[in-house]
Amino acid sequence: MSYDIEERELMYSGHVACPGCGAPMAMRYALKALGENTVVVIPASCWSIIAGPFPYSAVQVPLLHTLFETGGSMAAGVKAGLEARGLKDTTVMTWAGDGGTFDIGLQSLSAAVERNEDFIYVCYDNEAYMNTGIQRSSATPWGAWTTTTPVRHPKEQPKKDMMAIMAAHRIPYTATATVAYAEDFVRKVRKAKNIRGSKFLHVLSPCPPGWKSEPAYSVRISRLAVQTRVFPLYEIENGEKYTINVWPKERVPVEEYLGLQGRFAHLKPEDIQTIQENVDREWEKLVAKARASGQEIPD
Amino acid sequence: MEKVIMGNHAVSYGIQLARAQVIAAYPITPQTQIVEMLSEFCADGLLDAKFIKVESEHSAMAATVGASFAGARACTATSSHGLALMHEVLHWAAGSRLPIVMANVNRAMGPGWSVWTEQTDSLAQRDTGWLQFYCETNQEVLDTVIQAFKIAETIFLPIMVVLDAFVLSHTQEPVDIPDQATVDSFLPPYEAKFRLQPGDPRAFGGLLAPDHYMEMRYKMQRAMEEAVAVTSQVGAEFGKVFGRSYDVVEKYRMDDAEIVLVTCSSITSTSRVVVDELRTKGEKVGLLKMRLFRPFPFAAVQEALAGAKKVAVVDRNISFGHGGIFAAEIKSALYGGAHHPLIFPFIIGLGGRDVTPQSIRNIVSYTQEHDKPGEDIIWMEVKR
Repeated sequence: MSYDIEERELMYSGHVACPGCGAPMAMRYALKALGENTVVVIPASCWSIIAGPFPYSAVQVPLLHTLFETGGSMAAGVKAGLEARGLKDTTVMTWAGDGGTFDIGLQSLSAAVERNEDFIYVCYDNEAYMNTGIQRSSATPWGAWTTTTPVRHPKEQPKKDMMAIMAAHRIPYTATATVAYAEDFVRKVRKAKNIRGSKFLHVLSPCPPGWKSEPAYSVRISRLAVQTRVFPLYEIENGEKYTINVWPKERVPVEEYLGLQGRFAHLKPEDIQTIQENVDREWEKLVAKARASGQEIPD
Repeated sequence: MEKVIMGNHAVSYGIQLARAQVIAAYPITPQTQIVEMLSEFCADGLLDAKFIKVESEHSAMAATVGASFAGARACTATSSHGLALMHEVLHWAAGSRLPIVMANVNRAMGPGWSVWTEQTDSLAQRDTGWLQFYCETNQEVLDTVIQAFKIAETIFLPIMVVLDAFVLSHTQEPVDIPDQATVDSFLPPYEAKFRLQPGDPRAFGGLLAPDHYMEMRYKMQRAMEEAVAVTSQVGAEFGKVFGRSYDVVEKYRMDDAEIVLVTCSSITSTSRVVVDELRTKGEKVGLLKMRLFRPFPFAAVQEALAGAKKVAVVDRNISFGHGGIFAAEIKSALYGGAHHPLIFPFIIGLGGRDVTPQSIRNIVSYTQEHDKPGEDIIWMEVKR
């Protein structure tokens, strides 16, 4: 069996993420796919810490730490500045959390992709403000515990549909990815690298302290997110062509995903039923879009 | 080439002549003509720059910071609420030691909405680590924009070039627009000391523990101190090349002056007229124009006011709970020195209320007639 992912590491060992964090795994794959001719822009997020304090860096490419809400605007400036110096082939990648993407950074992200700035925006989504101690964001799923949505009052709103928001901007490329499907992840980053204009990658990123899950289970949880269809792997081209990349062979109930995470431990059977119904409905909508885009739907 | 242009276009020409490479800006009254003209320059190929048409001033400054980090000469322009929205990023720009240049058109802060001139917007940014220049004429606006790039790229701190809303921004004045070749000889292309460079994997702006943070701030302050002399040198060099010299302050008819008006921005022009008039009557009145506000030119102010008996500071701004900001700064500059003139702290013209020659005459008369200021703030022309 041939191994399709670059062996070269562009991340150092010794980063300061928590054990089992999905975010450094995701960065590792992304940099393997992008290579050295890359500049990474990191708005305030867990990765502001993971990358290491001054004078350290956990990555072997230039890295710009920046303000929370500037993932879109800062990257646009960096790209323009590099181009002004004749560096037209350098990939600029913003690497932001869900707070920096779904919430405080949404305005500058929306504007940057509306202008179709030539960069890759990766949101590593751990579904809450984890760096500040697990506060809810608009990426937190319905029913989840966080420190600002305590168990007696878990989050009452569904997770914001960031992929739909990006698709509505009709950008060239939008995709979901997880570290459990590494080849799919790397293929998507490579594809994004070779497209001019704005590319958005939504990466589900398990957070053991925030999700109250076992560090050893992060990849397993990522895989279950796909198999339960809680987090389907798909891509959208030009805001309209939907392709589902991974078809779960069997219908795995959402309990298997939720059950590995203490943040859902308070949910009653009827709550889980509600989540299952929502997941099924969203999946059917996604399948309909893929079908309408001409994708052949397996039985 | 001499042209009759508005202050906003003086900014645009200055940025064009400085060969800015990246511009990121968002429109706000009364700054709009700056960016309109620049976008035309870029579209018509008269300026080889990328113009990023962002969705907010916060993003304007962030994109400018990004471009500067990438090693490009980058600039923007804003005013008032736009500047306030940038506040967070102003700290990031200065702390990153980026030589960004920004024009700010002085406009009063709401509420209620005002589009007219006042200095509180820019003065409220005084602790962000930006140099601040206040301009008297449209010629000075253009000249200062060009000098600002040179100063910023020498000391690695960003610079704000400030001009009055409408009084300068929309008022047409004859301005000498220098030729490109001469500006090129004065201002060579920007070479960043450190920049985002593939193959050179540095990290910028990462977590700074108490072990290092203070040293970074110490170096910023040292750069600010150095900037006073650099401003004088660059202003003198500019004079040799273009025939118009500049310094951190300007003394006007200060010989033997017993009463000194301290002004900045276009109020200075109005005050010159009044000083000339009073001098013909034999009154010993002089004028100190503040061009540089940050870094504050302590030595120049101390030296200029050494012979004054009374100093009338004209502030078109207010720090609530304290008073006029220039007055406070001048007092602090003189504390501990050998000479202590009486400081008369006037506040006038807030929200763009006209400051006329008669206003300045009244300020001088008040100062002449009173042995002491009498009040912490001397409010002029306010309805009580």
